[in-house]
Amino acid sequence: MQQLLAAILTMIVGVLACAAYFWSTNFILDWIFPSKGLSGKAASRNLRITNAIRPWLFLAPALFALTIYLIYPVYQSVLLSFYDRAGVNFVGWSNYFWMVNDGEFRQSIFNNFLWLLVVPALSTFFGLIIAALTDRIWWGNIAKTLIFMPMAISFVGAAVIWKFIYDYRAEGAEQIGLLNAIVVALGGVPQAWITLPFWNNFFLMVILIWIQTGFAMVILSAALRGIPEETIEAAVIDGANGWQIFFKIMVPQIWGTIAVVWTTITILVLKVFDIVLAMTNGQWQSQVLANLMFDWMFRGGGDFGRGASIAVVIMILVVPIMIWNIRNAAKEMRSH
Amino acid sequence: MNPATRSPLMWAVHLSVLLIVALWTMPTAGLLISSLRDKDQLAVSGWWTALATSSRNAVARAPSPDSQVERDGKFVISGNILDGQAGQISAFGFSSREPAAFKAGETAELSGGEKLTVQADGSFEIVSDTRMEGSRGQRIFFTAAAPPRFTLDNYREVLRAEGIGASFINSLTVAVPSTVIPILVAAFAAYALAWMPFPGRAILIAVVVGLLVVPLQMSLIPLLKLYNGVGAFFGVPAKTYMGIWLAHTGFGLPLAIYLLRNYMAGLPREIMESARVDGASDFDIFVKIILPLSFPALASFAIFQFLWTWNDLLVAIVFLGTGQDQLVLTGRLVNLLGSRGGNWEILTASAFITIVVPLIVFFALQRYLVRGLLAGSVKGG
Repeated sequence: MQQLLAAILTMIVGVLACAAYFWSTNFILDWIFPSKGLSGKAASRNLRITNAIRPWLFLAPALFALTIYLIYPVYQSVLLSFYDRAGVNFVGWSNYFWMVNDGEFRQSIFNNFLWLLVVPALSTFFGLIIAALTDRIWWGNIAKTLIFMPMAISFVGAAVIWKFIYDYRAEGAEQIGLLNAIVVALGGVPQAWITLPFWNNFFLMVILIWIQTGFAMVILSAALRGIPEETIEAAVIDGANGWQIFFKIMVPQIWGTIAVVWTTITILVLKVFDIVLAMTNGQWQSQVLANLMFDWMFRGGGDFGRGASIAVVIMILVVPIMIWNIRNAAKEMRSH
Repeated sequence: MNPATRSPLMWAVHLSVLLIVALWTMPTAGLLISSLRDKDQLAVSGWWTALATSSRNAVARAPSPDSQVERDGKFVISGNILDGQAGQISAFGFSSREPAAFKAGETAELSGGEKLTVQADGSFEIVSDTRMEGSRGQRIFFTAAAPPRFTLDNYREVLRAEGIGASFINSLTVAVPSTVIPILVAAFAAYALAWMPFPGRAILIAVVVGLLVVPLQMSLIPLLKLYNGVGAFFGVPAKTYMGIWLAHTGFGLPLAIYLLRNYMAGLPREIMESARVDGASDFDIFVKIILPLSFPALASFAIFQFLWTWNDLLVAIVFLGTGQDQLVLTGRLVNLLGSRGGNWEILTASAFITIVVPLIVFFALQRYLVRGLLAGSVKGG
């Protein structure tokens, strides 16, 4: 309790300090270069100066934090990936050579690609279908809320929820895991699902799909509603059926949004860590890059060189999407 | 709606949505129901049978022959095998080979000639013509049907004994300042990027968009080194709440700036121009006009950031300690998964406590969450 009070106090002090910074720097700027009560020429000169300086006063704290927490670390991680485990001696490409020869790393790359293929595709697909279906019924919003709900649940919480569903008891015992209970009821043999190499990847992916479908649904539903009515009416008049209207008229008009949803989930998948850590911790050949990186960060006291080189691999996989995003944002700004 | 859509097709739509909703909510419902069940019942039957009477096989031991009483020339040992628990005996037996050989109310003849009768309510009698010998009581096997039992015991246990209560406070300690601190910093930066012309603005916006997707993994090792260095230099612990608040602030800023800039850029130019004509400075315009108008965007970001910091595991285990007064809920839950892997009464109750706060936030403020998502994503399309 006491620490919570301390936290709230720090928070108030922090916010007040921020406010004080912005207010006082602006006050000082206006005091040094006043623009009121001066004759035309001096006032406009001062106004020009303050207009040049003020944006940087507004930006300074954010730029400072971004530099320390994101820009400098990216540079430093790339650098560290060429150093040994303690980050002291330069070792050239040896971390990368180690990597391509390491079975666990190759396993992780393979699994990550599986994740990349399956999760964004299925989440987007389910999201699109659900968005289209729920838009037609009167209780669609309630349905959407319930499907969107897993979004609020932490990956670790979701892992517990699904581990319970995958729970395994020996054959003959009463199954308390839903999946095995269904399998047994259908006459099958219960399985310890998350220990089955290769297939366990898919059982872990289900968790992320369960969480992300709601996200895809919300965004795609808004996009579907934004489609001009006339295009659909025209198709109806031309005698198109429901499927044709959906796949040939509506979906092509929201390709841009589908791509955004797809790439957003792709980024998330590349960073997936908590689910694997909580479900298998990479055992039974379910390792992924982010968890492997975390593992090397602390394994045997921590190998910063190898950890950093794995992080760099994740970063390289993200870069194409990053460039695409930046180009889109630039296009967006020009069009305004 | 034209008549054609009110056809069987419409029924199919209703039905499939119903099915999908059931599929999507069932996992969470299972967790909630399980966490409320009696732990003995939870361990032997699925949560979907929670309302059904469950039957259990058990064994009890009758009191030793010392407790026999003589009644009408016979020697009797009596008692109740349910021992105060609720339930209904359906069958019983006296050997482990045939634990359910007799129905309740029947009389079984034991190997020594004694007669054992067990009633449905659990009361039993062992009757013998001669004085019974031995020091140990007779074992009685039985099948009992127990009524469903719901309880808050699991929650009581995890809050006290498993440290979930302490971790709940720790999670709040992490999440609240980490949510509030970035807002003001980001709002000023977003205003500058939206409405103040200066050289390099477009590049800065591109940098922010780029930083949106930088994986956290890139930051971990350098920051860990930095924190250790700062800690050693000043002689303070490297893993502190201050450290994690600042880390969450740094990691949350790109999204905050991006969301707020998009929103502020969409505000009507006329408002700002008329204020400027009236002699207001940028600072005044920002504080008195932009900030209040941006409330929906601020709320969206606050919700994102709160959910993200509350649900985060990675940043917490790297930048915050694992002591009793530092381990957050997600970290505690991962530990429990390792140490209490089979104790579902503990895991389900703990998991529900971790997810209940985000769920409340979600249901109460869903509107802003959706709005924020749309502002953050659709724009690119």
